[in-house]
Amino acid sequence: MIPEIGTLALILALLLALTQAVLPLWGAQRGNLTWMSVARPAAFGQFTFILIAYLCLVYSFLTNDFTVINVANNSYSNLPAFYQFTATWGSHEGSLLFWSMLLSVWTVAVATFSRTLPEEMVSRVIGVLGLISVGFLSMLLITSSPFLRQFPGPAEGSDLNPLLQDWGMIIHPPMLYMGYVGFAVAFAFAVAALLSGRLDAAWARWSRPWATVAWAFLTLGVALGSWWAYRELGWGGWWFWDPVENASFMPWLAGTALIHSLAVAEKRGAFKAWTVLLALITFSLSLLGTFLVRSGVLSSVHAFAVDPQRGAFILGFMMLVVGGSLALFAWRAPRMVAGGAFTWFSRESMLLANNVMMVASVAAVLLGTLYPLFIDALGLGKLSVGPPYFNAVFVPLITPALFLMGVGPLMRWKGDSVPDILQRLKWALAIAMATGLLLPLTLDGYKPWAVLGLGLSTWIALTVLIAFRERVKNASQLFTLPRAFWGMHLAHLGLAIGLAGITMVVNYERELDVRMNVGDQAQMAGYTLTFKGTENYSGPNYEGTRGTVIVSKDGEERFTLYPAKRVYNRSGSVMTEASVRPSLFSDLYVSLGEPLNNELTTWAVRLYYKPFINWMWLGAVFMVVGGFLAATDRRYRIGAKARATADSASPNTQGA
Amino acid sequence: MKSRHKKLSIIAVALVLVGGAAALVLNAFQSNLVFFFSPTDVHQGKAPADRVFRIGGLVKEGSVKRQPDGLTTSFIVTDTVQVIPAVYTGILPDLFAEGKGVVADGKLGSDGLFTANRVLAKHDENYMPPEAAHALEQAKEAGKTLKTY
Repeated sequence: MIPEIGTLALILALLLALTQAVLPLWGAQRGNLTWMSVARPAAFGQFTFILIAYLCLVYSFLTNDFTVINVANNSYSNLPAFYQFTATWGSHEGSLLFWSMLLSVWTVAVATFSRTLPEEMVSRVIGVLGLISVGFLSMLLITSSPFLRQFPGPAEGSDLNPLLQDWGMIIHPPMLYMGYVGFAVAFAFAVAALLSGRLDAAWARWSRPWATVAWAFLTLGVALGSWWAYRELGWGGWWFWDPVENASFMPWLAGTALIHSLAVAEKRGAFKAWTVLLALITFSLSLLGTFLVRSGVLSSVHAFAVDPQRGAFILGFMMLVVGGSLALFAWRAPRMVAGGAFTWFSRESMLLANNVMMVASVAAVLLGTLYPLFIDALGLGKLSVGPPYFNAVFVPLITPALFLMGVGPLMRWKGDSVPDILQRLKWALAIAMATGLLLPLTLDGYKPWAVLGLGLSTWIALTVLIAFRERVKNASQLFTLPRAFWGMHLAHLGLAIGLAGITMVVNYERELDVRMNVGDQAQMAGYTLTFKGTENYSGPNYEGTRGTVIVSKDGEERFTLYPAKRVYNRSGSVMTEASVRPSLFSDLYVSLGEPLNNELTTWAVRLYYKPFINWMWLGAVFMVVGGFLAATDRRYRIGAKARATADSASPNTQGA
Repeated sequence: MKSRHKKLSIIAVALVLVGGAAALVLNAFQSNLVFFFSPTDVHQGKAPADRVFRIGGLVKEGSVKRQPDGLTTSFIVTDTVQVIPAVYTGILPDLFAEGKGVVADGKLGSDGLFTANRVLAKHDENYMPPEAAHALEQAKEAGKTLKTY
């Protein structure tokens, strides 16, 4: 009964999405206020029905209704309740429903927070969001229903993939999806602007906070994904250049380019066509990311052949969104008026350089991610692109961007003088170079990549300090600075922190595979680890073996680690549960390999020393906080409408 | 006239930069493609001698042997037609077991021994790595054609 209510709610939501798409868009074209006014109620109604559908799915999971195929495939009666809940987005079907729900959440947010915008613009934005929703909801109903039933249902479900049974997985997908879907709003603003022909600074100001919030969510999502991989995959890696990771990294890079070029569009009215194009690309990459990870195409391109309807739907939908929006762009973009002029040495040109390098990185990652799929799909053989490719390409492309990141924010718009900037930055440059060259001397081995990474990280951090020093004369002024200023610099500082973490862990981590008997000791970065043997234990849905490793330093016992192996009852999958002792400056990480004798007294054990690894995620936290601060800057909150009318009166406005 | 020169020189610089980036990308791409070969392919001499490639198939029953140091394991990869002896030092993934699918990256020695530098971890009891499944499929097809001959 409940799953049928879910399906019914989805059908009603689809009808409302159609209404939300057609009437407001048509009304905006015709200038019909009555039709436009349908936008908001339809958005609220659609949200209500998708929420009902989603709650029906949650109910089916929590009550172990195994007649629902999706529940039978992804849950298990002994699975802890919160994993039963997160299993709702653990599958292709469930995650599509979750995606649709978040899309309606964003739509409701747009409907609520855009009361000061012109009705015509809001109608178009909500209408475009409705169109996207129509695509997703029809896909749910036609090819990927999470409510399909089987009678009789199996007595027991086949359990959620053990890898997903981790609390990092509880928060990672929602954050990532909030980011993906958030770029739908930036996309909708771009399409609305193309439809209306109103591509001005006001448009950039309206869509900028939305893009920034989406970017902040995506940053959090990508960082959580990496943190989850580090803790849960058991082997100490935090980034593998795996297609699944690249799928989320590409929209992040494009989104980073987008929020920077929106700055130019807002402040100087330049780069407008380029910004619109970036908004279209970013959302297209978000869609690509969703489908790459969720359609099964990565484990086998033949997954498409097994279910051709689903594959055809996904490809068709992608082509419609990408092709349609690019066609609209080609048709409308030439009408755009060029913005303010600038010289090669200006903040605009720095942001342009940022954009070029971000987009080049996206292209390089895209090539490495999709090429193997194409070759396989064409039947030309199987191959993969190794992680060295991505490192070899990404590092040289991103290094100049990191350097310019220090210069750009301190430059004036339109044009600045080279000697002036040199004068302001000479100390930062000298200290950064000295730090890069000298700091590795105190570390374990002098490595060129450490020189580069630490130098750049110091450089960015120092330029942030300079920005504050030039702006603030006394401490009380700190609290009156605009949030946008705080936001940008916190985010940049976050990147400096993250870069320092990455540099340290990549260059100075230590790894040791050892064979350990009960009582054996191993040395790692000044710590002595003593293996005390293993014992059996059991969890709600698994049986495990847990080792005890006592860690001491300078003859003094410090802490105990419990690396474990789990065998999940239902699927028989074996999972390595690493034990990590995190701290601000280094992690000690122990994984249990395999038993080397039948009595389970000798084990292969992997030990890691990971210096500064937590700085990576700490840096991401700074970036996220910075993003939210910037998006809630005062100028977005007040008087948008008043200024909008002023802006349209003088289309070539230079902004604030 | 002056602004046109400026524009041209900017375009020239942009082209050089884009060309440089493209060259970098393609060069790195070319040298980091890891091709896949089944044990049968390797026996037919299709695999490169001096380059990392990927093999896949089943771990032959009874072939897994641990060396005295405890961390080096030798095993045989088979596609049910041909076999490749392989060796790996380090901790094997959780699902590495005799009779199960395996995928490994590494180099082929002149003695025909495949030294793996990475054995891929796939955490699902029922899941066959796509490359391993592909190798078995190919071998099966080859077997069929032999019979009909």
